[in-house]
Amino acid sequence: MKRIRWTGWLTGGALVCFVGVGAFLGIAHRSSLPAITPPKAADFPAEMLSRGAALAAIGDCIVCHTADGGVAYAGGRALATPFGTLYSTNITPDPETGIGNWSKEAFKRAMRDGVSRDGRHLYPALPYDHYRQVHDGDLDAIYAFLMTRPAASAPAKANELIFPLGFRPLLAGWKLLFLHQEEFTPRPDRDAEWNRGAYLAEGLGHCSGCHSPRNIAGAEKTGSDAYSGGVAEGWVAPALNGSGPAAVPWTSDSLFTYLRTGVDGRHGAAAGPMGPVVHGLSRAPEADVHAIATYIASLSADRVPKAPGAADRVAEAARTNPAGASLFAGACAGCHEGGAPMMTQGRPGLSTVTALQLDRPDNAIRAILQGIHAPTGPAGPAMPPFAASLTDAQVADLAAYLRSRFSERPAWTALETAAATVRKEESQP
Amino acid sequence: MTVTITVNGADHALDVDPATPLLYVLRDDLELNGAKYGCGLGQCGACTVHIDGKPAFSCLTPVGAVAGRRIRTVEGLGSTQAPGLLQQAFETEQAAQCGYCIAGMLMRAQALLDRNPDPDEAQIRAHMQTNLCRCGTHMRILRAIRRAVAMHKGIQAAQEVRP
Repeated sequence: MKRIRWTGWLTGGALVCFVGVGAFLGIAHRSSLPAITPPKAADFPAEMLSRGAALAAIGDCIVCHTADGGVAYAGGRALATPFGTLYSTNITPDPETGIGNWSKEAFKRAMRDGVSRDGRHLYPALPYDHYRQVHDGDLDAIYAFLMTRPAASAPAKANELIFPLGFRPLLAGWKLLFLHQEEFTPRPDRDAEWNRGAYLAEGLGHCSGCHSPRNIAGAEKTGSDAYSGGVAEGWVAPALNGSGPAAVPWTSDSLFTYLRTGVDGRHGAAAGPMGPVVHGLSRAPEADVHAIATYIASLSADRVPKAPGAADRVAEAARTNPAGASLFAGACAGCHEGGAPMMTQGRPGLSTVTALQLDRPDNAIRAILQGIHAPTGPAGPAMPPFAASLTDAQVADLAAYLRSRFSERPAWTALETAAATVRKEESQP
Repeated sequence: MTVTITVNGADHALDVDPATPLLYVLRDDLELNGAKYGCGLGQCGACTVHIDGKPAFSCLTPVGAVAGRRIRTVEGLGSTQAPGLLQQAFETEQAAQCGYCIAGMLMRAQALLDRNPDPDEAQIRAHMQTNLCRCGTHMRILRAIRRAVAMHKGIQAAQEVRP
């Protein structure tokens, strides 16, 4: 009797599991959409193509979808995530390895629901949680732009994800939990410029993808956590909601200058993953960049700025960090000390550079070791890397000196370990 | 303050402020005049030397930071009488016009060849990207580096043939 009851339980349990898994797979299943013959450039009006180009620049498609030194939009760039490494895919109109045989509907489904033409779920490294907020006509224009790029044959590289995330139907569960965004609707209490900025920043621009923290499942935190700062490729993406430690408050004008030129005289230069963002925005319509700056500035408008102002405690810093002071004099002062040629060109003084005010030293250490690559071309801000000339201990001394001289905030700790970590990353291929 | 540095295999004890740029010490104290002062901002590469085998801008390197580390300058690649392989290749291709950038170009290129004796064109171009030549002889410099690669392969092949 007992035995039968056990069997009954097992059968019942198995049935529940079976139905559960079946129901889940039912939800997870997305159909394949028919392949089409690749459209021709003549199929799209010129106005649509130029609008698509501008929107794609704001969306920064090219950054993730191009490998270092690779063909534009042909994918293959490694994207390191807490869940393993993903490789971006080919979005040139190559029919075999790209999106050449994707219809407009298939493209828009990928952008909104994160589903490939063949029905496979796409990982949310493609920020479809943002792209689903984009207007239909704008997605059409981006489709037209991408379908008229030169086709390149580049098969997708296999992702390297932790078990069991390689099983894509699981993404349906992620989407059930986190994919609820709707198409952008303007706020009637705000003006047209603000609404344009909000539309671009929340949709294509996906600013909060880096500038908001993420939860354990890798989804952006929202509500009061939105724009409270995040991490991108090891760089701190500072808070945009006014909770950040900028020495001088940001304004819509300073944001515009920064986003358009890669450098603002009172906050610093775009570095790391922000470089390519600025590169895109330096070529986007000026009015759109103004609109984004207006919107981003409004995120911190409600906060009373706690900006401490500029610090430069040169004597005290030299006394507490003599080794760092000597390194600064030999390696940095030629550009960064008052009166240096660079400082006469409106470059930011270190006492207002945000990287030296952040809680974590990562951005300062990365800038020292890797340098800053001019995002906007030859006239943009650039800094040489010091990885070959300074040891980890020396980078630590230098960073400690910079912090104590140019910030009133608490000293950084474990600097040598932080430098070693960044250097180790760099030495990988 | 005394700082001891190792340049081209020889130790030098110097009475110098550790914040002094390595470039000044090489040129003024050790009279190794190969490395040049170009921009002083780490933007042109004329001052390039090797520190522990890696190319670095000596104009932005405090001498105190390189005490006890291996420094190699263009004088360490060969002499007028016995030029090194890369130097021979630069001479054959007449890579220098005014010559001001060449010591930096040589050291930058040598660092690549030490790490990868058979780089492809894209690797050479990416690696040399930080060094500027105001005469515009970049194409001759690239040719010289390719020639050095070929010369190196030729020597290797000859050595393999030898019993």
